[in-house]
Amino acid sequence: MTDKDVTNILVVGIGGQGVMTAAEILAQTAIVQGFDVKKTEVAGMAQRGGVVSSHVRFGPKVLSPKIVTGTADILVGFEAAEAMRWSDHLRPEGVAMVNTLRLEPPVVSLGLYDYPEDPIGAMREAGVNVYAFDAGAIALELGDLRLVNTVMLGAIADHLPFPAEVLEEQIVARFRARKPKLVTANEQAFARGRAAARAAGRAEAATA
Amino acid sequence: MNAVVQAVAETRHLLSGNEAVARAVWEAGVKVAAAYPGTPSTEILENIALYPDVYSEWAVNEKVSIEVAIGASIMGARAFCAMKHVGMNVASDAFMTQTLAGVVGGLVIVVTDDVGLSSSQNEQDSRYWGRFGHMPILEPADSQEAYEMVKGAFALSEELNSPVIVRMTTRVCHVKAMVTVGERETHEPAGFEKDPARWVLTPAAARARIPWMFERDGKLREFAEASALNRIVEGGDRRVGFLTSGPAAMHVQEAFPDAPLFKLGFSCPAPIGRIRAFAGTVERLVVVEEGEPLLEQELKAAGIDCHGKDILPRMGEMGPDVLLPAVKPLLGEPWEAPVGHRRQSLFPRPPTMCVACPHLGPYFTLSRLRNVIISGDIGCYTLGAGHPWNALDTTISMGASMGVALGMDKGRGATDGKKAVVAVIGDSTFLHMGMQGLLDITYNRGNVTVLLLDNRAVGMTGGQDHAGTGRDIHGEEAPRVDFVKLVQALGVKPERTHVVDPYELPTLFKVLRQETKIEEPSVIITNQPCVLIDDYEKHQPYKVVDEACTGCGNCLDVGCPAIFVTRRDKAVKPSGKEVDLAFVRIETAACTGCNLCVETCAPDAIVHAAPTHSVKFQ
Repeated sequence: MTDKDVTNILVVGIGGQGVMTAAEILAQTAIVQGFDVKKTEVAGMAQRGGVVSSHVRFGPKVLSPKIVTGTADILVGFEAAEAMRWSDHLRPEGVAMVNTLRLEPPVVSLGLYDYPEDPIGAMREAGVNVYAFDAGAIALELGDLRLVNTVMLGAIADHLPFPAEVLEEQIVARFRARKPKLVTANEQAFARGRAAARAAGRAEAATA
Repeated sequence: MNAVVQAVAETRHLLSGNEAVARAVWEAGVKVAAAYPGTPSTEILENIALYPDVYSEWAVNEKVSIEVAIGASIMGARAFCAMKHVGMNVASDAFMTQTLAGVVGGLVIVVTDDVGLSSSQNEQDSRYWGRFGHMPILEPADSQEAYEMVKGAFALSEELNSPVIVRMTTRVCHVKAMVTVGERETHEPAGFEKDPARWVLTPAAARARIPWMFERDGKLREFAEASALNRIVEGGDRRVGFLTSGPAAMHVQEAFPDAPLFKLGFSCPAPIGRIRAFAGTVERLVVVEEGEPLLEQELKAAGIDCHGKDILPRMGEMGPDVLLPAVKPLLGEPWEAPVGHRRQSLFPRPPTMCVACPHLGPYFTLSRLRNVIISGDIGCYTLGAGHPWNALDTTISMGASMGVALGMDKGRGATDGKKAVVAVIGDSTFLHMGMQGLLDITYNRGNVTVLLLDNRAVGMTGGQDHAGTGRDIHGEEAPRVDFVKLVQALGVKPERTHVVDPYELPTLFKVLRQETKIEEPSVIITNQPCVLIDDYEKHQPYKVVDEACTGCGNCLDVGCPAIFVTRRDKAVKPSGKEVDLAFVRIETAACTGCNLCVETCAPDAIVHAAPTHSVKFQ
């Protein structure tokens, strides 16, 4: 059975969205905090618009790199339907942090399959604790869609077993050396994501 | 990419198994390393290339990569090559002789198995090569072990006078875990020593080596019995004990933390004596193998009672979620899965070609041709079998499109008499294994039209360079093969050789129609780069004028993932026939302005849009 001391974070989305980078930053932060870490993903064909999932596990000692269905503490969904696809991996009290972006694949455009009307509603109906907001809009407001990554990490910052500042520092440090211009944008993205998640949490509590 | 090229000894880093292997190769004092890219092995050579004191190269295929490593080993240098499981099939001709000749400088081959088939045409178990080639197999379970075993494998190779295979799986290659690194050792090549009785494997010489190899087999067995790489992880609950290797060992420990576990690191030849002793200490022995029931059969042949594939699945990963429900019933404890949330049923999201991919035009064109049989190849070309093109009839293995097409042509029956046979292959794939097939087509006067889709990259694995790109593994300028001259040298007539821009649909149609009607070998080479490499040039993006869109859906048949349906409707034609309409929009942020959809749009509803923020999703 999964060790309760191990934190399981599942980051999901679509090839090219930055899912793996987000997972990498989470893993690096856990190292800084002195945890043993394992991180794995399904790559390869997934880079061609397929489903990408990255498992991040950390704790005093991590054995298997895979998160067993029903044991994830946090699900970070970069796209609404992908969050829905993976929601069975969350434990009952787990948190799903979801970007409301809808990305329809060609099989939907071609009329072969339907994209769910309301993926987030479907997750809530299944009893999932969902925090949903438009991370893309925040990123674009700040000037670059690529900031979605940082927005999503900011959003889960209150739910991690280490201080938000440690995670923020890991993100910002990446830019400080190579692209100092992006430091402020990432700090803002992190703060905005954190605030958006809190607001989403309050809205959730109000409707519950 | 975390190469830890600069990392100092005794520091800890989060490394993938592949990055850990690269570091180990460098530390072991390796002089020569070669590979052909293939998931999940690709990043090994990409990372070795970052260490300036190792000669590294992309070879044209795995057989050549192992030949390069063999040559270096004969000179006394430590040598390395990496490949995916199917690559080992290609390399096996050279490998099966080398195992007989042995090594001078340590020769290590990492073979990566795609357990669970994330991106391969089959799932195969590379542990068999150890039995087939009478040589050791090492099996790391995580990055630290991959690092240690690869580093140690060079010394082992020299000591046992044998190449060594390190078998890894996706869950070692692509899992990042903590690794403590060390320092580089120096190993100056001993220099070439003439010894034709050993290196010239004539029947007489090879025959003389076989008893020597059997003698080595005995030594390998002794080594396996004594090796510290084979170790027992004690456990208090002796109702069931496990025998396993690789990442499955981690899964077993996760699922059954109190059970005794015999973990094989030096797994071929199997240490049967120690396994027998271990089996005697537990009530039941369960063999957990990712792949074939190889150990299980060896154990049963040795009279050791065990469970294995009678309770476990024959394919895929042996994660805790698989192990628990299979093994708990043995203990009389029914397994209840963790209560999570219910599984949601949803559309599939299969991999597809990228926005503006230069292969969209050729596959769109092929999907419009009647009476053709299309022999496909591996890599991005396989995606042409998907929607909307459905333009592939076969995919067997790398380079096989050529020979299969010739066989289809020669083997056709009366009902297929008039069908044209088209073979589709990529640039790197053609250089890897396609050239010989094309030569067979021209030599044997086959009636095959070949589409050589040159996108100047090994696209599927991430755009690596090869002999047709003009760059080497370091991105430095390198000689670039001339595909026109090459195919003509292989016997294709100049008038049957065409170079076509894949974004010019009318030309593509015309040339393809013409060549499929002519009954001799022809080659159509396309000439636009992969959208994922730096050579690709973006143009002004497009948008759809809503009022002008008639909903014909022609643009959707191109298969570009930047085109989305906004609304569906039905209309009745004057003939009374009902047709489906699909009104579209273009995701301008993703569009690169390749112009393909514009060419299919009858009402000219697609026009240039002002550029917006660029988005990388496909």
